[in-house]
Amino acid sequence: MKANENNIPARTPLIETRDLKKYFKVNGGRMLHAVDSINLKLYSGETLGVVGESGCGKSTLGRTLLKLIEPTGGQILYDGQDITKLNTRKMRPLRKEMQIIFQDPYSCIDPRKSVVDTISEYMQIHKVFPNHQQTMNRAVELMDLVGLARRYANSYPHELDGGRRQRIGIARALSLNPRFIVCDEPVSALDVSIQAQILNLLMDLQDELDLAYMFVTHDLSVVKHISNHIMVMYLGTCVELAESEELFRNPLHPYTKALLAAIPEPNLDSRDKEFQIIRGEVSSPIDPKPGCRFAARCEHCMPQCTQENPKFTETSPGHYTACFLVNGNNPGGQTSDTDGETGGR
Amino acid sequence: MGEKDEKLILDIQDLNVIYKTDIETVSAVNGISLKIEKGKTLGLVGETGAGKTTTALSILRLLPQATGRILSGKICFDGEDLLTKSEDEMRAVRGNLISMVFQDPMSSLNPVYTVGQQIGEAIKLHNHDLSHEEVEGRIDEMLQLVGIMPSRKAEYPHQFSGGMKQRVVIAMALCCEPELLIADEPTTALDVTIQAQVLAMIRELRERLGTSMLMITHDLGIVAQICDEVSVMYAGKIVESGTVEDLFRGEKHHPYTVGLFNSIPNISSRATRLKPIPGLMPDPTNLPVGCEFAPRCEHCMEICKKEKPQVYSEGTHKFYCHLFDSENLKTGGSENESK
Repeated sequence: MKANENNIPARTPLIETRDLKKYFKVNGGRMLHAVDSINLKLYSGETLGVVGESGCGKSTLGRTLLKLIEPTGGQILYDGQDITKLNTRKMRPLRKEMQIIFQDPYSCIDPRKSVVDTISEYMQIHKVFPNHQQTMNRAVELMDLVGLARRYANSYPHELDGGRRQRIGIARALSLNPRFIVCDEPVSALDVSIQAQILNLLMDLQDELDLAYMFVTHDLSVVKHISNHIMVMYLGTCVELAESEELFRNPLHPYTKALLAAIPEPNLDSRDKEFQIIRGEVSSPIDPKPGCRFAARCEHCMPQCTQENPKFTETSPGHYTACFLVNGNNPGGQTSDTDGETGGR
Repeated sequence: MGEKDEKLILDIQDLNVIYKTDIETVSAVNGISLKIEKGKTLGLVGETGAGKTTTALSILRLLPQATGRILSGKICFDGEDLLTKSEDEMRAVRGNLISMVFQDPMSSLNPVYTVGQQIGEAIKLHNHDLSHEEVEGRIDEMLQLVGIMPSRKAEYPHQFSGGMKQRVVIAMALCCEPELLIADEPTTALDVTIQAQVLAMIRELRERLGTSMLMITHDLGIVAQICDEVSVMYAGKIVESGTVEDLFRGEKHHPYTVGLFNSIPNISSRATRLKPIPGLMPDPTNLPVGCEFAPRCEHCMEICKKEKPQVYSEGTHKFYCHLFDSENLKTGGSENESK
């Protein structure tokens, strides 16, 4: 929280979480720990990539940040303001500034609304413009912005392919001039050539509008391409957080290493190398036992790993890991409470 | 040709498949030819709608009866044309000599039967003379082969995770030791770590059982790691084919293949911008007169709009593109200078 060395005063992060938790109640009074003790900071114009396997809580984290679901504990700060306790009515003006792009372009759009109606819906709800014509004009402008031809203005979603539908979703998210967008796997339902078009579009829009993205995905090559910082999640906890380049050059946590090694690379150099496989599957997030959640699949598992939670510690500037292997015995007091600073500058 | 056929497990010649409805006719596969040698793996790469799955379904003659029609062509499996076989004869082929693993393991298992019953069904169907104990023994063996505890055979699909279900499906596909396994995007629905497990298993089983494989995928990474030969498909046509070395190390490529490679965010080097292929795949009900890729191709020439390209080959590497015509090679063909 102190000013940086080169005398630039620390910027206020656009989004910050402190010890954010989201537990869901399941049968028998047990608790599913979907998001557990997440600390992160995200600045304007930057992208935080969140990677992990299905069920690791990455989508829940995105939705909790937007308060689409209420957090169980911890704090969410938007532009310095604590929004954790705000009720629906007080959240409403903030909703304009925080938007989400969903994964499946086939199910997140109302099939009975035409393209312009879908794009202008949010503007009508928030009464951005005094009259209908202005709203429509803005909707058409947004179509230009995301590269949708104007002739589709009165088309219905079923007439369009996945890439174009995803562009509608993006135009709709941009319609209220947000500052922060959660992109929840926006390209995983698309073909590679369309995926590349959408990724380029998102990056161009970020440059143009100074947006902050939280980019949730399971695809490591996509996340590397688009992110400034990457957070690796496993079973609701953050196991590693670092600058994008650093994470790929120097992964520290055994899970991150395994994840990187599991990607089949599109070249022949690594063909004869055995797939480095982590055994087993993700264990249950319901009432997890104390200790590192990755311990059961980790080849370096030590007795300590199953007894206490590894602390999330800064191992080198801007590079955080939660692993006893990297952080040693982790004597108490070594870590500060504001782990997870992502602003390396 | 006679001696070559001995080595080929699958030989598809000039296959044409359409889907015909009252309103329109979709040309899904337009004259493709594929060859798979015994014990080898062919990767069929392409985007959604390129006709990959239609090709696979045609091999097993599983096209939707109401609409799908094979217009012409030959599908020779081990020297016999599958298209001339009767439905009864096909039934003896499916699951026994050729089997298929579908993309989504969640929907290809029956939720009300145990996994043991489902694997057993395929075994019993093709081996009537096996006793109950022998079938059970075979089920245990298959589950072990794909890395599942045989004690779990009495469980239902919902008790398994996605990766485990895909293993069950693979066990079902392999239980009759087929000569050809068609895998239609077998790992697309799985997480990367589970994908790595399944791919390693497929690779190991292939070596142990000597099964030939047709691997359908859109992931060039999987092709590089698993396949021996590759065919790139676009709008129902093969645009480029060759060995994996040809595709990943060769210098010349079909412009579509180049576009595919440029679209993948590269994990080892960070480019600031991806270079996607502009536009979309042509409407399969209304394909262009000339080269199918011409409307999106940055090297498009006059001839591309009028005539379908011939095949040009360099050893094992084949291209279907006018750029490789000897005249065009001299004039407009040098790819780097043209743009």
